[in-house]
Amino acid sequence: MTPLLFKNARLIDPEKGTDTVGTLAVAEGRIAGAMGLDGATVIDCAGKCLAPGIVDIGVKVSEPGERHKESFRSAGEAAARGGVTTIVTRPDTLPAIDTPEVLEFVRRRANEAAPVNVLPMAALTRGREGREMAEIGFLLDAGAVAFTDCDNVVSNTKVFSRCLTYAASLGALVVAHPQEPVLSQGAAATSGKFAALKGLPAVSPMAERMGLDRDIAVVEMTGARYHADQITTARALRRLERAKEMDLDLTAGVSIHHLTLNELDVGDYRTFFKVKPPLRSEDDRLSTVEAVASGLIDVISSMHTPQDEESKRLPFEEAASGAIGLETMLPALMRLVHAEHLDLPTLWRALSLNPAKRLGLEAGRLNPGAPADLVLFDPDAPFVLDRFTLASKSKNTPFDEARMQGRVLGTWVSGQRVHGAH
Amino acid sequence: MSFRARHLLGIEHLAPDEITTLLDLADSYAALNRSDSKHSDALAGLTQINMFFEASTRTQASFELAGKRLGADVMNMHMQATSLKKGETLIDTALTLNAMHPDLLVVRHPHSGAVSLLSQKVNCAVLNAGDGRHEHPTQALLDALTIRRAKGRLHRLTVAICGDIAHSRVARSNIHLLGKMENRVRLVGPPTLLPSQAAEWGVEVYTDMVEGLKDADVVMMLRLQKERMDGAFIPSEREYFHRFGLDAEKLGHAKPDAIVMHPGPMNRGVEIDGTIADDINRSVIQDQVEMGVAVRMAAMDLLARNLKAAKAEEGVLV
Repeated sequence: MTPLLFKNARLIDPEKGTDTVGTLAVAEGRIAGAMGLDGATVIDCAGKCLAPGIVDIGVKVSEPGERHKESFRSAGEAAARGGVTTIVTRPDTLPAIDTPEVLEFVRRRANEAAPVNVLPMAALTRGREGREMAEIGFLLDAGAVAFTDCDNVVSNTKVFSRCLTYAASLGALVVAHPQEPVLSQGAAATSGKFAALKGLPAVSPMAERMGLDRDIAVVEMTGARYHADQITTARALRRLERAKEMDLDLTAGVSIHHLTLNELDVGDYRTFFKVKPPLRSEDDRLSTVEAVASGLIDVISSMHTPQDEESKRLPFEEAASGAIGLETMLPALMRLVHAEHLDLPTLWRALSLNPAKRLGLEAGRLNPGAPADLVLFDPDAPFVLDRFTLASKSKNTPFDEARMQGRVLGTWVSGQRVHGAH
Repeated sequence: MSFRARHLLGIEHLAPDEITTLLDLADSYAALNRSDSKHSDALAGLTQINMFFEASTRTQASFELAGKRLGADVMNMHMQATSLKKGETLIDTALTLNAMHPDLLVVRHPHSGAVSLLSQKVNCAVLNAGDGRHEHPTQALLDALTIRRAKGRLHRLTVAICGDIAHSRVARSNIHLLGKMENRVRLVGPPTLLPSQAAEWGVEVYTDMVEGLKDADVVMMLRLQKERMDGAFIPSEREYFHRFGLDAEKLGHAKPDAIVMHPGPMNRGVEIDGTIADDINRSVIQDQVEMGVAVRMAAMDLLARNLKAAKAEEGVLV
């Protein structure tokens, strides 16, 4: 493989926290430092940003079961276009990824079809039903990087604590969805003035804090490695802060949608804005942005959830939840950079470095020896998003027709270009 | 004419002058309805389809009669019994009906926002006959007409809306309408049946009937929506009646000439004492039913005119 030399690049280094113009060399699929290499292909970055590729925890690829919504090929293409070099997939498929056999199928399909790295998560309980523990040991051996029942909260605390105790003994990471499941049952919005006027069934934002409180107690009890998939409310953030002071092995994420949209965006019952947990108040949104800036929230995810037109063209209460995000996460997050809420190295700490660290990956950084998973992007390039140009099979993005800034110019996985051309 | 809406989906997006225009026309239809020949040809040649995805006797009868008195061809469809069972989606049903060229589509649906969704897919005028907990605009308009006729005005009145606010689309539409017409609106009910942060709506919120009814001009009782409740909101019906049911004692705190309203159907002995409901000096409940037909005639007439005008304009463009 010919070595690569990225010249005249704004290097976004989340580990050093720097944003400086310089040169980056790549050899044998790995970052080789700033030294010139003989016979290297020179890529002139023209002052654009070069950053580690995004590591996206919690992507739904609808294989097996609903390949018409998303396949490894389409999701992989969307990821490459969006600067996501590692997708960490969710097991909320049909059937759930809860046995080594299904996991094996997923890994084989992913390797055949996706141009980016795919790391699967597996279900924590059989069928994500919250009753019996999945074969955590076998699944770990088969390559599961974390265990999660996704948005099915394991409501039986006895089952949940046993799962965490068992996972802790194997050093397995558990990803949970902090939510009081009975209180939030049937909710399509966050309770407040907007939901009440629109007549939508709503859940108090307190349900998230209740869920997190329970989970923190179980983590304290079991010593498990725990990651909260999405923390979206100021109330829960205060609990997260206290838990982190207790020195538990605990991290938290947030989705691009909760960072960039609020409950009012639903407007006239627009179902592409129906996500789980529901969009929050503007105050809560600003709290999550602040928490990413301070490092209290560790990880940003797209929470990519493909849904076909049929499942969204329904009355709001009946419509499916979720939005796609692989291809739109970078331009969406540029809103926070242009609004001067976050700088690029801080953003990339949550997009690449922290998720890679949490999963024990070498990727996500720019230091010599790390895999050459890279994204080159122009943070300022303006465009109007047309959802039908997206690579995902499903087009359910809340950013349709939105004015965006930030375009991915090129994506490399282990030094191989997977998106963009000169 | 100042009624510009293409559909009647809710009160939220109507302007005060549009409301006044509609009520003025409804007044004339109320007179027609009391005359010997109750017929007009305002909708002659037009087709009106009533699609009720939720059971209704009163509202559907009122819409049907309104359409027939204006000379429209009226068809009733009981949707809960037909296509939904076959798995057809709301939008497919809408497109199917749209292909039959109706001019007016009257829709009731159990989910908030469903009527708005449907209106985006059809060419005709759509009237919301109640969507989930969201809006029920013709009910608010008929309430407004009833108040205006009883009180001689529709502004600077103190209106207490009492009972199950959280599950009530009637309450939401009335809050919009009465607020737009510059009235003082109070919500009175047990805290479990009041929406969270209702105070932010620009209304006064009370959990005590005596305080809430004090010096009110209008007392609007709501039905306890047992079918929309998914759990325990009140300890029992008898405790609810004791604390929130309208009886002579509680009504005594309102103004001596205060009127009593109820959108029906009533749960006598739960939210309202039967003797109050039947007191012809206080209760305007039967007037509400009468004004319902007049208001629906006015709404369909105005929407049909706008539809005709829109079609004429498109014709010019072609």
